[in-house]
Amino acid sequence: MALDKPVFIKPKLTLFNIIIGIILVMGLILTILRFTKGIGAVTNLDNNNPWGIWIGFDLLCGVALAAGGYVTSASCYIFGLKRYHSAVRPAILTAFLGYALVVLALHYDLGRPLRLPYPIFYSQGTSSLLFEVGLCVFLYLTVLFVEFTPAAFEWLGLKKIRAIVVKLILLLTIFGVILSTLHQSSLGALFMIVPSKLHPLWYSGYLPIYFFISSMFAGMSMVIFEGSLAHRYLENEMDATHKKEASGVAFGFAKAASLIMMGYCATKLIGLAVDNNWHFLGTSWGLWFMFEVVGFVAFPAVLFAMGSREKNLTMVRFAAIWTILGIILNRLNISIVAFNYHLPAADRYFPSLSEIGTSVFIVTLGIVAYRFITTRMPILHEHPDYKAH
Amino acid sequence: MLDTIIYTLQDFMTYTKGITYLIMGGILIFMPLFWYFLTGRE
Repeated sequence: MALDKPVFIKPKLTLFNIIIGIILVMGLILTILRFTKGIGAVTNLDNNNPWGIWIGFDLLCGVALAAGGYVTSASCYIFGLKRYHSAVRPAILTAFLGYALVVLALHYDLGRPLRLPYPIFYSQGTSSLLFEVGLCVFLYLTVLFVEFTPAAFEWLGLKKIRAIVVKLILLLTIFGVILSTLHQSSLGALFMIVPSKLHPLWYSGYLPIYFFISSMFAGMSMVIFEGSLAHRYLENEMDATHKKEASGVAFGFAKAASLIMMGYCATKLIGLAVDNNWHFLGTSWGLWFMFEVVGFVAFPAVLFAMGSREKNLTMVRFAAIWTILGIILNRLNISIVAFNYHLPAADRYFPSLSEIGTSVFIVTLGIVAYRFITTRMPILHEHPDYKAH
Repeated sequence: MLDTIIYTLQDFMTYTKGITYLIMGGILIFMPLFWYFLTGRE
């Protein structure tokens, strides 16, 4: 069980820690290179492809997969499904770290960290979708931070300020859902400015809706996946309530995700019909599109349904991983694979090793921060002094 | 071949909306059945 007050824990020299250490050192070297030599020294980006995997993976996938925060807190506090209460804190923590790392990753792409507050406080581009995304991410990161603080306050023993924040939870949850609805969809809407660059099978007037709907089942899958990881590697941090409720959370979210994923497939079908894109399905791009939608949305939706119906936790966890891969595939298809599809192969973008290394570094930072917090603060268990909030 | 070519926006909208309504009808039948499958054991 985690320590319920702050003490220093001496790090152990395990294989996991050594690998993490190597990745962090490599990341720091790449960071120095990026900010001293410029973006051209570490990336394969050019004028044709100004957005690479730092946007396609770190930002688009990061935001979608951090949707577990708003999905879980809305289920618990707005829809009153208290059986998901034990999943709220891990989901909020993942979302908070996810969004914090999205902002960190954005620094690598933009390259001028001191200018970060400019779009919000100095020069607002109110007619730009990017401004809306930036404002939402800024506000939602703040909301997530405040939603996360009760765990930190319990750990630090600050009872009075914790009591104030707990009273604000419902308000923060509503605000979080509104902000998520806005920016999850706006990230899809960003690509509506490139009708001639994005392949017609992925380009659609429904892109904002696709992004928002897919964020819901992405978030649910992340909560299931993260729960299975916590069960395996952080079991000694979990109390009896969390262990007892874990399978109920997985089956409940599997059922919900399954229905939403079928709805998503339906809207995809409607998108094809509205734009009359049927003839593209017979091409190689069409096969790739079918691979994504049937293989990574419809298939895991059926797995989720069967797993939830048969109460098969292994099947549900497998479907969650499959869905997460599908979300990553979808976001990469839109931002990289089907983007600039008409360009000759020589002009197409492929990430450099430094870009991939930086993304691995950022994900590793998230894992380290998650482990650091969950082994210290009451995330996977209730603090003995604050039972039954 | 010529009869599959769409010449006007009117034709395009009539064709695509017609197909969309048919698909929506299919979804209207499929989703409750899927829900029935999903909750069948509860």
